[in-house]
This record gives sequence, structure tokens and C-alpha cells, in this order.
Amino acid sequence: MSTLPLPDPDRAVLARRNDVVKQLKKLAPQAVLIADVEGRRTFEADALAAYRRLPLVVVLPASTEEVSAILRFCYENHVKVVPRGAGTSLCGGATPLEDAIVLCLSRMNKVLEVDAANRVARVEAGITNIAITQAAAAQGFFYAPDPSSQIACTVGGNIATNSGGAHCLKYGVTVNNLLGVRMVMVDGEIIDFGGHHLDSPNYDFLPLITGSEGQLGVITEASVRLLAAPEGARPVLIGFDSAKAAASCVAAIIASGIVPVAIEFMDRPAIHVCEHFVPAGYPLDAEAALIVEVEGSEDEIEYLLGKIEDIARDYDPISMRRSQSDEESALIWKGRKAAFGAIGQISDYMCMDGVIPLSALPQALEAISLICRKYRFDVANIFHAGDGNLHPLILYDANDPGQLERVELCGAEILKLCVELGGCLTGEHGVGIEKRELMYEQFTDEDIDQQVRIKEELDPSWLLNPGKVFPILGRDALKMTIDLTNLGAAPAVPGQDAEAVAGAVLVEGEERS
Amino acid sequence: MTAHMRLGFHAPETDEELSQIVLEAAESRTPLEIMGKGTKRELGHAVRAGAVVSTEAMSGITLYEPTELVMVAKTGTPISTIEAALAENDQELACEPVDLAPVMGYAAGEGTIGGLVATNISGSRRILKGAVRDHVLGIKAVNGRGEVIKSGGRVMKNVTGYDLARTLAGSWGTLAIMSEVALKVLPVQRESRTLVFFGLTDQAAVEALCIAMGTPYEVSGTLHLHASVAAHLPDEGLAGHGAAVTLIRVENFPASARYRTSRLRQALLAYGPELELDPDRSKALWDAVRSLKMFQGGNNPLWRVSTVPSRAARFIGNLARKIDIKAAYDWSGGLIWIETPSLTDAGAVEIRRQLAEFGGHATLIRSDANTRSATDVFQPLESPHDILAAKLKHAFDPLGLFNPGRLYRDR
Repeated sequence: MSTLPLPDPDRAVLARRNDVVKQLKKLAPQAVLIADVEGRRTFEADALAAYRRLPLVVVLPASTEEVSAILRFCYENHVKVVPRGAGTSLCGGATPLEDAIVLCLSRMNKVLEVDAANRVARVEAGITNIAITQAAAAQGFFYAPDPSSQIACTVGGNIATNSGGAHCLKYGVTVNNLLGVRMVMVDGEIIDFGGHHLDSPNYDFLPLITGSEGQLGVITEASVRLLAAPEGARPVLIGFDSAKAAASCVAAIIASGIVPVAIEFMDRPAIHVCEHFVPAGYPLDAEAALIVEVEGSEDEIEYLLGKIEDIARDYDPISMRRSQSDEESALIWKGRKAAFGAIGQISDYMCMDGVIPLSALPQALEAISLICRKYRFDVANIFHAGDGNLHPLILYDANDPGQLERVELCGAEILKLCVELGGCLTGEHGVGIEKRELMYEQFTDEDIDQQVRIKEELDPSWLLNPGKVFPILGRDALKMTIDLTNLGAAPAVPGQDAEAVAGAVLVEGEERS
Repeated sequence: MTAHMRLGFHAPETDEELSQIVLEAAESRTPLEIMGKGTKRELGHAVRAGAVVSTEAMSGITLYEPTELVMVAKTGTPISTIEAALAENDQELACEPVDLAPVMGYAAGEGTIGGLVATNISGSRRILKGAVRDHVLGIKAVNGRGEVIKSGGRVMKNVTGYDLARTLAGSWGTLAIMSEVALKVLPVQRESRTLVFFGLTDQAAVEALCIAMGTPYEVSGTLHLHASVAAHLPDEGLAGHGAAVTLIRVENFPASARYRTSRLRQALLAYGPELELDPDRSKALWDAVRSLKMFQGGNNPLWRVSTVPSRAARFIGNLARKIDIKAAYDWSGGLIWIETPSLTDAGAVEIRRQLAEFGGHATLIRSDANTRSATDVFQPLESPHDILAAKLKHAFDPLGLFNPGRLYRDR
């Protein structure tokens, strides 16, 4: 049971299912077609697992030409299409619809070219993020955007959501590292945008395509920028006795003229859960910890970490540990990268992705803690501090009836807070279905209409990934839902402070694992 | 009510005034020429407009948070104002925007931040730090329906809805009139050092520049100038050498800049690095490059060509056999400034014929009015890209009010 409705299926299309399967088989002979119920069930949800729909049929094409043939057929027969990479979307970007085919690109996973002289890799869209770096490593290059799911997620999905990662403070997000795409439009036409050169003639469609969540076309190939791997990289782990001190320290580091390659923030509950999962030596007595990483030669790293530690000393750190070896660095990162998994071990969780201006961080953390208490949930905060991208993980029990609805409302309130503080609903996960109805919090009708007009120019019948990104309930519907359900939520418990919440998470973690 | 619109020059001060002007233009079907201070008015085709809208009265920095690396400014704000405010906090526009004004016959530093975003003309540091559009975080604008719209915001990461902000970058005022932009800014590069090579062939120079870009030393400038172009550099030691000049710049903390330059010198020994410019000389040189000093003062046509670095030297070689050109390669060959003699088409046909073989696109930056009106200033679009461009235009500006004819003569 979930609270956000998906569009009702078109019965006429459902009735034609067998014919659709037959036609697809004929049009895309190299494609893998999954038509049986058991097989389709594997694709019934992405990483926003609360939302499930059995797709009409799943097709995994082998080439751009097959994608084109499939899309042309769907266009001519008015069949909806949900593009999918690895299905790691946390916002329901690839949630299927019963009357839509799932077009899964994961079999198109080849490296087509590593062009070292021009520092470009051309790859098929279904390749995993990490595989690009693996293919380019022998020549000393890497692909910079590194979402936590990089072992599994595909570059096509990264483009669809404009993925970031821990290291985007220095290297930028997907849109900053993309030089070209081959895209199949809704009517099957194959179009190349960009290439191996920089800058586009005329309008630049790459930023429009990047982050459009599979609604403007299906990307089958990408040319991405490769960067020379740094000589070395090393983090320092700093513990503070307040989130405010940690946030001030981040601001001071940036003001000093240093842009570290990553600044990651963890609050007390997150520190404890991660340390329990991967003993990386995180400071258990700290209220907040920062992982600050710099790159360069040994001397450069020593110099920069020295400067960062000098700055940190002004904010009374309770611990400061500079990694002394590659093994230690890997361990420090392993704890952070395992955070979602670690929390997943102890509880179901809803991962938020709001962004706030860094200066509002202490205020935001305090408010998030209050909101979660009001809805009676524990929360752990992990985020990319350099760019203000928060990932509150709200812990709940999916098996307890009513909790999903409550956690969604809790999450919505947190995201509204982010917008109020001058930030936005999503920094790197995308809108999908999860934040679809919240778009009104950030945008006026005119803002949304302008985006919709572009969608309608390129996909007039809304066949590509419908029911995502744009609200379908209308402004008032959302407000009503929230008001109604608020009545059922518990009032804030006076006197209960953040520490008690943090403590609850810790105890839970210890008991269960 | 009869729709009519005051012709002439409009300089709205607020979004509401701007919106009102567009609504009037829509009602009376009056096409508008959109500009900031007009320093790039002679770039692109002449606009067939009934009135001019300038953003110059919408000026001022509305938010600047140095510790968050973000600045929000009204689009009419002069770039010089923005850079002065940034400099007070040891920060800068990392894309090192090219100041085209001096080659177009205007004073340096006059352009507006809106004009910079609208044209997306990035400088030498683009190869390391990204283009103007990569630093755009959000915009406020008025579309062709007179609606005030926004996209993105003032935070570093934002994937909420389609990215209209970066889409408007480089749209030359033909989609919407931007009134405010939010930009990512970065700390200044503490120390600049430059390795100099003399007399390399184009092929060898591009090779050396590409090798430099493939090292981990974060090279922030890779330039190769024909001897005839280098002769116009303000640095006597380089200009007076009488040979082609190849430059590789590193910017970093002082010790790092020294270390990295020495490593690059080692890596490129085969190409015979001859000089290392100290920080003052290096900075002065790249400041001159930023305003295209080597092409100032003349009237000959000037082109800006984007191509694939490894093909750049062959492209120029073939072109030079047909036309007497002077060339400067930036972005390790990915960007080429080409000065041609004053031919009737400024060399457009030949340049584009060669580019069709090598890949890339060409924009005519400087030319006399006659040539400009007779030549495709921007790379002509072929199907299906022309159809897509028309659709995007229609989504923003359905009546075709903004800058008609500016990008393409027939649109």
C-alpha cells in the first residue's frame, strides 16, 4: 500500500498484450524479451521498492537500432515506455506501469572507444558507472561522477538523473562530465547530440537531456569526459561535539581557498551505525564527523591536510585522524559508502535527498530532528557537506501498516523545509514519483508549465516515462493529504532532545545485528 | 483595446516591468532585440526587431556567500562589478570568460553577466574548470508568453525538474530574457606558471598539449599560436622570438605550481620546453589571452571553431592550403581562433567544407556588416537538429518575439 497514485492503465493496451509481445519479438530479434509473470516480477520495482507494478512486458534490446524499432512501434501503437538502467533509482524513476513496456538497457553495456588523446570514452548506456573507470584506468584515466551505487547503476541512468556523488564538489556532476549522447526520440528517430568536442552549436540539448528522467528520449550511447587520475588522495577524519562546529569548519575550509575533492558529513546516529557495520575507527563520542579528502602528490597532500587540520583546530575538534596509508583511506571510505547498507541492516529506511545552503545546516539538522520526532521516527544524517546535499535516512518499519504513509509525509515535510531554507527537493536522486507532488513546493505553475511545454514538444502523447516528475494530483490535493494525515501523527514530545533520538538508533542497531 | 507598443529602447528595472514589456510585445506582435550593454551586438546576425530590451537597468549582486561558493546577480550587472566583488574574497569566475569587447571595438570589462551566460563563451581555463554553462546554478527569466519563470536555484546541486538554467546558457537571448543568474564561483588560483615552447609545428604542439592534459597536474591553459599571432602578444620575450609559441599553464598553491610545472617539463622534454614564466609574467600573459590581445586592433574576420583536438592540426593544415590564415589553438586544440583575409564570405564556405570532414562547428565572431549579412554566422543546422531547435524555441517563445534572425537568418 502506498500513498502516491500511478496513472490508471489503458485497458485497450492491456488487452493487446500478446500482440505487443509478438510484434516486439519480430522487430527486435536480438533483444531479450521477458513476458512471463515470474520474469516480469523481477522488474516490478526499482530501489523505491514500496511502489510496484507488473510491467506489460520487459524488453532488453541489443542495439540502438533495436531501441529505435521498439520505440517506433510503441509510438505508432500508443504503448507507453518506461526506460530503465539497473533499477537503482531511489525516487521511483523506473517504476513500471501495467500498460507500459519496460525498456531495459542493461545488455547494452560495451565500451565502444577509449580515446586517450582527446580524453573521451564512448560507451553504451547500459554500462555500469564503475566499468568506465575500469576500462580507462590502464591509461591513467577515470570517470569522475561516483554515486554510491556506482557498482550497479548505469551511465544511462546517471544521465537521466544527473547523478552526483561524493567527489562532485571538485569534479562536478554528470552534466559537467558529459560530451555527447546518442538518443532515440519517442518516434524512433536516432539523434546524436554533442560529440568528442566541447560546446554545442546552437542550443545545447545536453543539459536539457541530463536530468530529464527518461522523459525526452532513450539514451543508448554516451561520450563522457575522462580525467587523469590524481597522483594520490587521502582523507582526514575529524570529530566535533556539535553539528554547528562541523558546519562552521566546512565553511572555513572553503573560505580559505581550498576546494577538497570531497567533504562528507555524518551525524552521531550515522557514525554509530556505520562504525558498527565497518569498524573504520569513526569517533563514537562525536556529535558530527567530517571526512575531508584532498588529492595530489604526497607533499601536496601533506600540505593541504596540514592546512585543513589547522583550520579545524579553531572549531575544537574532539578527534582528528589523518589517514596514514591507502588501506586506512579505503577503510574510512568503506564505512561511509556502506552507510546505506548498514542502516538497511537494522531497519527499513527512506532516503531523502534535499539540498540546503550550507549556512543553514545547523538550523536544518535541528528542524529535521524535530520533524522526525513529530512523526515518531529515528533519523540518521549523512551528506555531502561541500555542496549542502542532505541525505537524512528516516528509519521505519515497512511491515507496520500505516508507517509508509507516515514516513512519506515526514519526508515531504523535510523536503519542504529544504526549499524554505533556500534549497531544493532533490540534489542527485531525481524527482521520479517520490517527489512528483512536491514540485509545487519549489515551483510556480508557470515554472512547471514551461518544463511541461518542452516535454510536449518532444513527446506530445506522453508515452515516455509518464506519471513521473510532474505532479498529477494538483496543488490542493497534496495539501489535503498532508493535513488529513497529520491528525494521525503524534505531537512532538516536549523535552526529548536529539541525543535521545540518536541513542535510540544506536540501541536498535546493536540489538539487531 | 488596440495593441500597440512603444518602439525604441526599453530598460526594465524589475521582473514585473520586463514581463509587462513582453506581454505588450506579444499582443502587438512586436519582435524584440534583447541585449545587456550591447557589447556583442555586432556578433551574430542583425536582429529584425521593432524594439530593444536591455537588461542593463536590472543590475546588482543580490546574494554572495563566499563560503558556499555561490553568487546571485541581476543579469545587467557588469562582469567587472562581479569580478571585483569576487576578488575581495579571493574568488573568481572559474571559466575565465573571454572578454570579446576589445576585438569587437569596445572597451574591456563592459559586458554584463547576462550576456556572458547567454553566449556561453568560455576562456582558456574551460578545459580544467568547465564552461560558463557548467557554473550556472539557476536562472530567473521571462519567457515569450511574458511569464516569469525560474529554474535551478542557488545551491550547488539541484536535479529538481528539467534543467532550464543551463539550457538557456548559450541560447543568445532567443528563448527567454534572463533577469537573474545564480553562479558557482571558485577560489582564485593562487599562483600561475607557464611553460613555453618555441617553433613547434601545429601537429607537434597539439600532441604536446594533449599529453599535458593527460597528466594529473591539472593543467589550466593549453595554447598554441602561429608566429604571426604570437607577434601580437604583449610579452616582448615571446612576441619577439619570431616563432610559433606553445604555452602550458599550471595554477595552484605556490609549491604545487612549481612542483607540477617541473613534472610537466620532464614529461614534455622531447618537445623542448625553453622557458618557464614566473607568476607575474604568466598572469599578465594569460590576462592578455583572455581579451584576445593577439587579435585586437585589426578588422579582418575572426572565427571561433570548436573541433576534436587530435584532428585540429590537420584541419588547419588543409585550410591553410586554401586560405591565408592565422590561427591560435586553445583548449589543447579543441578551440581554434582563426583570422582570415577579408574575403567576401570571410572564408565561411572553405572553413565549413573542411569542418564537415573533421567534425566540429564554426562561428564568425568579427566581420564587417556586409559579410555578416551575407554569411551564416553560426554553424548552419541540418535536420533533425534544426527541427529540434525549432521545437525548443516554440516551447519558450511561441510567437518568435525574441531576437528573430539573431542565430539563424530565417528564424
